[in-house]
Amino acid sequence: MSGHSNWPEWIYVAVVIALMAWVGAEAWETERLIEHVPEDAKIIIVTGQQWFWTFEHEDGTKEIGELHVEVGKAYKFEVVSKDVNHSFNIHDYVVLMDAIPGRVNTVWFAPDKVGEHDIQCREYCGLIHYNMRGTLYVTEPSS
Amino acid sequence: MTLELQKPRPIWQIMFSTHHTDVGLLYLITSLTFLFLGGSLALGIRAELFLPGSQIIADSMTFNRIFTVHGTTLIFLFIIPFASAVGNYYVPIMVRYKDMAYPKLNAIAFWMIPPAGVLIWLGFADFTWYATPPYSIISAPGPAADMWIFGLKILGVSSVLGALNFVVTILKCKHPDMSIGQIPLLAWSFLSTSLIIIVAIPTFAAALLMLLTDRLGVSGFFNPALGGDPIAYAHLFWFTFHPEVYVLVIPAIGMMYEIIPRFSRKPIYSYNSGVFAFVMLSIVGFSSWAHHMYATGMSFTEKTVFMVGTLAAVPASAMHVFNFIATMWNGRIKFSTPMMWAVGGIALFFSAGAGGVVNSAMPLDFTTHDTYWVVGHFHLFVMGTIAFGSIGYLYYMFPYVTGRMYNETLGKIHFVMAFIGTVLVFFTQHVLGLYGMPRRIYDYPPIPEWIAMNQIATVGAMIIGISMAIFLANMIYSAGKGKPADTDDPFGLGGKYYYPFEAKNPSH
Ligand code: HEM
Ligand SMILES: [Cu+2]
Ligand SMILES: [Cu+2]
Repeated sequence: MSGHSNWPEWIYVAVVIALMAWVGAEAWETERLIEHVPEDAKIIIVTGQQWFWTFEHEDGTKEIGELHVEVGKAYKFEVVSKDVNHSFNIHDYVVLMDAIPGRVNTVWFAPDKVGEHDIQCREYCGLIHYNMRGTLYVTEPSS
Repeated sequence: MTLELQKPRPIWQIMFSTHHTDVGLLYLITSLTFLFLGGSLALGIRAELFLPGSQIIADSMTFNRIFTVHGTTLIFLFIIPFASAVGNYYVPIMVRYKDMAYPKLNAIAFWMIPPAGVLIWLGFADFTWYATPPYSIISAPGPAADMWIFGLKILGVSSVLGALNFVVTILKCKHPDMSIGQIPLLAWSFLSTSLIIIVAIPTFAAALLMLLTDRLGVSGFFNPALGGDPIAYAHLFWFTFHPEVYVLVIPAIGMMYEIIPRFSRKPIYSYNSGVFAFVMLSIVGFSSWAHHMYATGMSFTEKTVFMVGTLAAVPASAMHVFNFIATMWNGRIKFSTPMMWAVGGIALFFSAGAGGVVNSAMPLDFTTHDTYWVVGHFHLFVMGTIAFGSIGYLYYMFPYVTGRMYNETLGKIHFVMAFIGTVLVFFTQHVLGLYGMPRRIYDYPPIPEWIAMNQIATVGAMIIGISMAIFLANMIYSAGKGKPADTDDPFGLGGKYYYPFEAKNPSH
C-alpha cells in the first residue's frame, strides 16, 4: 500500500539479484571447467541394466559390479542402459550421469588417491534399485 | 461427519449441494482424509529406514509402492484439494459474489477427486510420482500403473475445471465497485495459480495419454525400443510440474497473507509487491523446468539456460519473505496458533529456497540430485511451507466453519512438535544427501553416518506423527464440543475490524 517509502525493499531485491547473479556466474565458470575432458582420457563403457553395472575397458576387458582404475589417470565414462533409466554414481568423486536407453552420456574423472569407493545407482529403476551397487578400486599404476 | 453444528444438516444434503461453502467443506474433509492416509505411509517409510535390513515392510516392491502412493496422495489429494477448499470458502466472499461463477461445474470438479483417489489407492502403483519411462512402460506392473494414469488424468481435468471457475469468478463476478487492485492477496494467489494450471496441465495430460498408449504397445513415443525418447517425457512432465510447484506454494503464501497482518495488527507492508511477486512467479515459473534434468546428459548451454531461468524466480519468492517480515516489524503481534504456523512456515520457506539455490547451481546439483538432499529440499516446501500455511489457515477458519473454538493449548503443542519434527527430518535429510544416500531405496548398506541420520529422521517423523494425532483429536472434539466461538473476534485481537473476510456458514 502506498503512503510509505519502499526503499528498503528495493535494496533488498537488488541484494538478492546480485547474490543470484554471483551464484550463477560461479556455477557457470565451474561447470565449464569441469566439463572439459582431458585429451588423453581412457574410455570406459558403463552399462546399466536391472540391476547391475558392467564396465568395459578400452582393451575389451569387462568387469561386473567392480571397476578397477589407476590413480592419476583420466577416465571418460560412456554411460548407456540396456533397459530402463539408471544413474551411474561415484559419490566420493561427484561422478553422476544418467544411463538412458538409446543415448550415450559422458562424464569423466581422474582419481587422485589409491582407495575403494562405492558405486551406486541414483535413479529409481525398480525392484532391486536399492542394491544396484558396486565398488571402485583405485590402484597404483601397473607399469 | 458434519462440521456445520449451528444448524446440523444430514451429510447427504451437503454432498448434493453446489453452494461454495458446502463444496469447500467437502474439499476440506477429503483433503484432510488423504493427509492422514498419506502421512501414515510416510511413517511406514521412516520406520523401515530406521535401520539397515528389513524392518516392517516385507519387500522392496511394497516399499516402492508405498513411497509412490505417499507422494501422489499428498501432492494431488491433500495439498491441491486443501487449497481448493480455502478458495471455495473465501474467494467468492473476497470478490463479493454470492457463489462460484459456475456452481455445478464446481461440484463436478470436486466429485472427480474421490474416484481418482480410489483408483490411485486401489492400484498402488510403484513407478514413483513421476512415472518415468521406459520403466513405466516396460517394467511397471499393471493394472496398478494404468489405474494411476487414469487417476491422474481425472485429477488433471478436475484441476483445470476448478481453475477456470476461479478465473471467471474473480475476473467476471467480482463486485463492480471493486477494482482488481482491491481484491485481497489470497484471491490474487488463486488467480495466479489458476492461470498457471490452465497453461501447464494440458502438457502433462498429453504426456499421460502417450504413456498409456505406449503401455498398451500401440505407440512408442517414450519407448526407445520403438524409436521413442524417454527424455521427451521428462520435458513434458517437468514443463507441467515445475510450474505446478508454484501452484502448490502460492495459495499457501496467500493464506499467510491473510494471517500475518491480522495477527500483527498492521496492514500488509506492500500489497503491490505481493501482487507483483505472485504474477512474476507464475510467469518466470515456466522458465526453469529442466533444472530437474541436469544429469540426463543435457548440453552445457541447455543447463545454463535453465539455471538462469531458475535463479530468475528467486527474487520474487524473496519479496514475499521480505513483505512478511516488514509486516510483522513493529506490529503488536499475537502468537495465537494460526500465527505460529504462519511464522514457522515462513522460516522453513526461506530455508527451503536456500537449498533450492544450491540445486540450481549446475555443478552442485551433481552432488545433490536424486539424493536425500532433494527429498529434504522439497519437503521443506511441501511440508514446511505448504502444509504449515494450510494447517495454520485451518485453525484460523475453524471458528467460522464450526462456530466453535479449538483448544488453543493443544494447537500450540501441535505446532511446536511439528516444527521440531520437521527440522529433525528434513534438515537431517539434506545432510544425508551430502553423504550420498540415494532417494527411493528400500535398504541401505550399514554406513554409520547414514544409520545415525536415518534414525534422527525417523524420530523426527514420529514426533510429527504424534502431533498430528493431537491435531486430529483437537479438531474432532472441538468441532462437536468446543466452546462456542465469538465469531466477531474469535482470536481476541481487539475487534471486528481485524476480520474483514469471514467464511459464513450458509445455514446460519
Ligand atoms: C516454490 C516451492 C517449491 C516446491 C514445492 C519445490 C518442489 C520441488 C520438488 C517436488 C522437487 C523434486 C522433484 C523430484 O525429483 O521428485 C524439487 C527439486 C528441485 N527444486 Fe524445488 N521446489 C520449490 C522451489 C524451488 C526453488 C525456489 C528453487 C530454486 C531456487 C528450486 C530448485 C529446485 C531444483 C534445482 C530441483 C532439482 C533438484 C534435483 O533433482 O537435483 N525449487 N523441487
Ligand atoms: Cu536404480
Ligand atoms: Cu522445479
